[in-house]
Amino acid sequence: MKANDVILQTVSKIAVFIILTYGVHLFLAGHYEPGGGFVGGLVLASAFVLLLLSFDIDTVRKGMPIDFKLLAAVGAFLSVGTGLAALAFGVPFLSQTEVSATLPILGEIPLASVVLFEAGVAFAVIGTVVTIIISISEDV
Amino acid sequence: MLNLAIVSPFIIALIVPLLYKSLKRVHTGWFVLIVPIVLFLYLVQFIPSVASGEVYIYEVPWIPSLGINFTAYLDGLSLILALLITGVGSLVILYSIYYLSKERESLGHFYVYLLMFMGAMLGVVFSDNLMVLYLFWELTSISSFLLIAYWYHRRQSRYGAQKSMLITVTGGIGMLAGFIMLSTMMDTFSIREIIANVAAYTDHTLFIPAMLLVLLGAFTKSAQFPFHIWLPDAMEAPTPVSAYLHSATMVKAGIYLVARFTPVFGGDAVWFWVVSLVGMITLFWGSFNAVRQTDLKALLAYSTISQLGLIMSLLGIGSAALYFDAADTASAMYSIAIFTALFHLVNHSTFKGALFMVVGIVDHETGTRDIRKLGGLMAIMPVTFTLAVVGSFAMAGLPPFNGFLSKEMFFTAVLDVTQLSFFSIDTWGMLFPIVAWVASVFTFVYSMILVFKTFFGKHQPEKLEKTAHEAPIGMLISPVILASLVIVFFFFPNLLGEYLIKPGYAAVMPTFVGVEGYDTQFNISAWHGFNTELLMTLGVVGFGVVLYQLWPKWEGVYALFPRKWTLDNLYNRSLLTLENQSTNFTNRYMTGNMYHYMVYIFIAILVIVTGVVAYTGAISIDSSNDAPISIYEGFIAAVMAVTALSIPFAKSRLTAILLNGVLGYLLALFFVFFRAPDLALTQLVVETVSAALFLLCFYFLPEWEKEARKPRIKVMNAVIAVSVGTLVTLLALSVQNNRFFDSISSFYENAYELAGAQNIVNAILGDFRAFDTMLEVVVLLIAGLGVYVLIKLKPKKEERGQDVEGE
Repeated sequence: MKANDVILQTVSKIAVFIILTYGVHLFLAGHYEPGGGFVGGLVLASAFVLLLLSFDIDTVRKGMPIDFKLLAAVGAFLSVGTGLAALAFGVPFLSQTEVSATLPILGEIPLASVVLFEAGVAFAVIGTVVTIIISISEDV
Repeated sequence: MLNLAIVSPFIIALIVPLLYKSLKRVHTGWFVLIVPIVLFLYLVQFIPSVASGEVYIYEVPWIPSLGINFTAYLDGLSLILALLITGVGSLVILYSIYYLSKERESLGHFYVYLLMFMGAMLGVVFSDNLMVLYLFWELTSISSFLLIAYWYHRRQSRYGAQKSMLITVTGGIGMLAGFIMLSTMMDTFSIREIIANVAAYTDHTLFIPAMLLVLLGAFTKSAQFPFHIWLPDAMEAPTPVSAYLHSATMVKAGIYLVARFTPVFGGDAVWFWVVSLVGMITLFWGSFNAVRQTDLKALLAYSTISQLGLIMSLLGIGSAALYFDAADTASAMYSIAIFTALFHLVNHSTFKGALFMVVGIVDHETGTRDIRKLGGLMAIMPVTFTLAVVGSFAMAGLPPFNGFLSKEMFFTAVLDVTQLSFFSIDTWGMLFPIVAWVASVFTFVYSMILVFKTFFGKHQPEKLEKTAHEAPIGMLISPVILASLVIVFFFFPNLLGEYLIKPGYAAVMPTFVGVEGYDTQFNISAWHGFNTELLMTLGVVGFGVVLYQLWPKWEGVYALFPRKWTLDNLYNRSLLTLENQSTNFTNRYMTGNMYHYMVYIFIAILVIVTGVVAYTGAISIDSSNDAPISIYEGFIAAVMAVTALSIPFAKSRLTAILLNGVLGYLLALFFVFFRAPDLALTQLVVETVSAALFLLCFYFLPEWEKEARKPRIKVMNAVIAVSVGTLVTLLALSVQNNRFFDSISSFYENAYELAGAQNIVNAILGDFRAFDTMLEVVVLLIAGLGVYVLIKLKPKKEERGQDVEGE
């Protein structure tokens, strides 16, 4: 990227955290409100895209040593894996279940196995989007 | 639990790479060996109860709504095969520990493939559900492909792997079609239910096609003529693999399938003729060609083809019994052929497994398998020599080895065929004993070649790559065990018969269990008096010796078959032609021009959708129930229309991208209006990310030039564009009035009860249609990897030469 991106870089540093928080919120809120693994993943990915746009790839990579290809693969396996896990409990493939846990301070928290499934979706989305963008932008 | 037994090799296969990496000092085979041994011991405990007529069924629901369940079914037939798979599997793995060097070979891969194969094979023999059976069936093809191509740096290995894959998978797809026909006929995927209900469907129009397609699968898998050509090329695999896949187990999947479906199709003339004739032809052709092989493994490959043909023909002959009433004494005479088939199946696994290991030892210790270079190894490798004698003489059908017993019974069966008087067999019946006898002579000859050319004669150390010496003890254990079984089964055949073969027979011929004289007919005896069978055997030995001695004199017979006319050549040529033609054809429409592709896609949509719409009369526009259009919606729609229309007239690429983005954001606004925040959110983020991607990509593209097109083409483009637009609009307008399915809004009401989600969209994505979502995630991953591979692995700039511009 060209020099003199000070404003963009400074704003990005702050914006990225907001976007990331929002992405996580979207992901967690998905079961009851708008959101979910796909959108959450996309928002998180867009935060990385913003970072990539305002800084260069090497900087981003040093700051976040994540192999996004691996992340995408882990996501896909996680989604398939939660489906398979259902078989171990003797219920059909991809059956989801939900339990509630009572935690101090936070009160009753519902825990659904669908969260794992959605996490897989989110990982796959983040991994794929960022992999594509990095691959293309590196190909100069 | 049986289902777990099937799945366990796959689970262990996941751990193997870790073991291979972290425990490098120990041969990975030792860990893997535990799996088949444990499974074998687990299965052994079923023998007594299965022998007393019990069957076991374990069911795990998989796709219950379609009737597809992972049902493991254990009866006599599947038990025989499963014991072979795990028993021979243990021995083969033990053997492979000494055969494959842990320094030089990538054992991690090898054992993963082998375990995959073992699990798939167990799945095939235990599955009661046709779809699950098919799944495992193809998995055996895939894992065998990987095993044959294990030494993938050799061109021949890749060729052999591709050949076996193409042939067996083609057969498998045919079989799938047959299965689907069967299940549509009888409305079930369960083999047990099909067998129970088959009587009412034998006149169904799909009955014969289904039968032939199932046979196609069985014949390709079991290397029956003319599909046998893949088996000799599969010998490029490491010898333990050949011993396991290509003699003891995988090729027997086809035999298993024919046996399993005998109660369904048996008794029909077509089944009888196809199975027994193909078996007979294979028997003869395999043995005839085995004689001329100079590579020991190729000789064994043709011998396996021939022996599989023998078992197949026995199954065909035995199926004739189902034509009669079970109580008929005549039928019992033919049904004994089924018993013989299963008996020979076990015998063949013992002696052929041992022989493959012997050949592997010879190869391993001398560096060659060419019989022209071998000779005089008897003194150097005494143990191996003894094993070879035991195996070969059993294969040739000589006493005191188990092959003698089953071969005599085979002769009995073919002699009995001549007495049949139905299926218009009277005219051709005599062919059976004649072909069987001639094939046996050749079998005798190649068995002798195997022993005498390798172990007798002059030792020629200068032609060998290594100094020959006896194999290490570990490599000898497995063939010694198999060879001992060869002898044990000769002296105690009824033990085997009573506990394994009879229950297997009962599984193939359920209607014959308990009829009069049922129990007395299974007595195998080594001495059956001076009868025709014995005379035939004496003739085989006599003629065999003569032919063996005179081999140089009649070698020329093989030259009579022109090389050009072989099936191998046909296969190679058709493959080449297919490749060239499809390349030509593909190049014609895959022009690399985006414009052409878009035209194809739109014309296809127009033709197909307009055709369907016109055929079904689906267009019916009724706006009386539609919600009123508010002024905001109208305004946005108008802006969208203007934006869309202005894209083709944009002067620069950037403008076009931005206009496209405007379209996307306006659409998101629509979603907001119609209270679909999820969609709006997704649309917004997707639009943003893809705009970024677009900009990134277009930065590298050359300047946008307006393409000059002829007016005629421009008019055509306009026509296509307007037609597609009109069509889609009409479809959208008539969607409201055509409801083929119940509205999904009922899920909106009970999403919380069913999925615990207040967000219906998420409930659909994560629960109701999670299968779609899961596969979408996988597709996304594949697409991402595709982009990555395309970009990262393309030739480097200097390799690409001058055609790189704009960089």
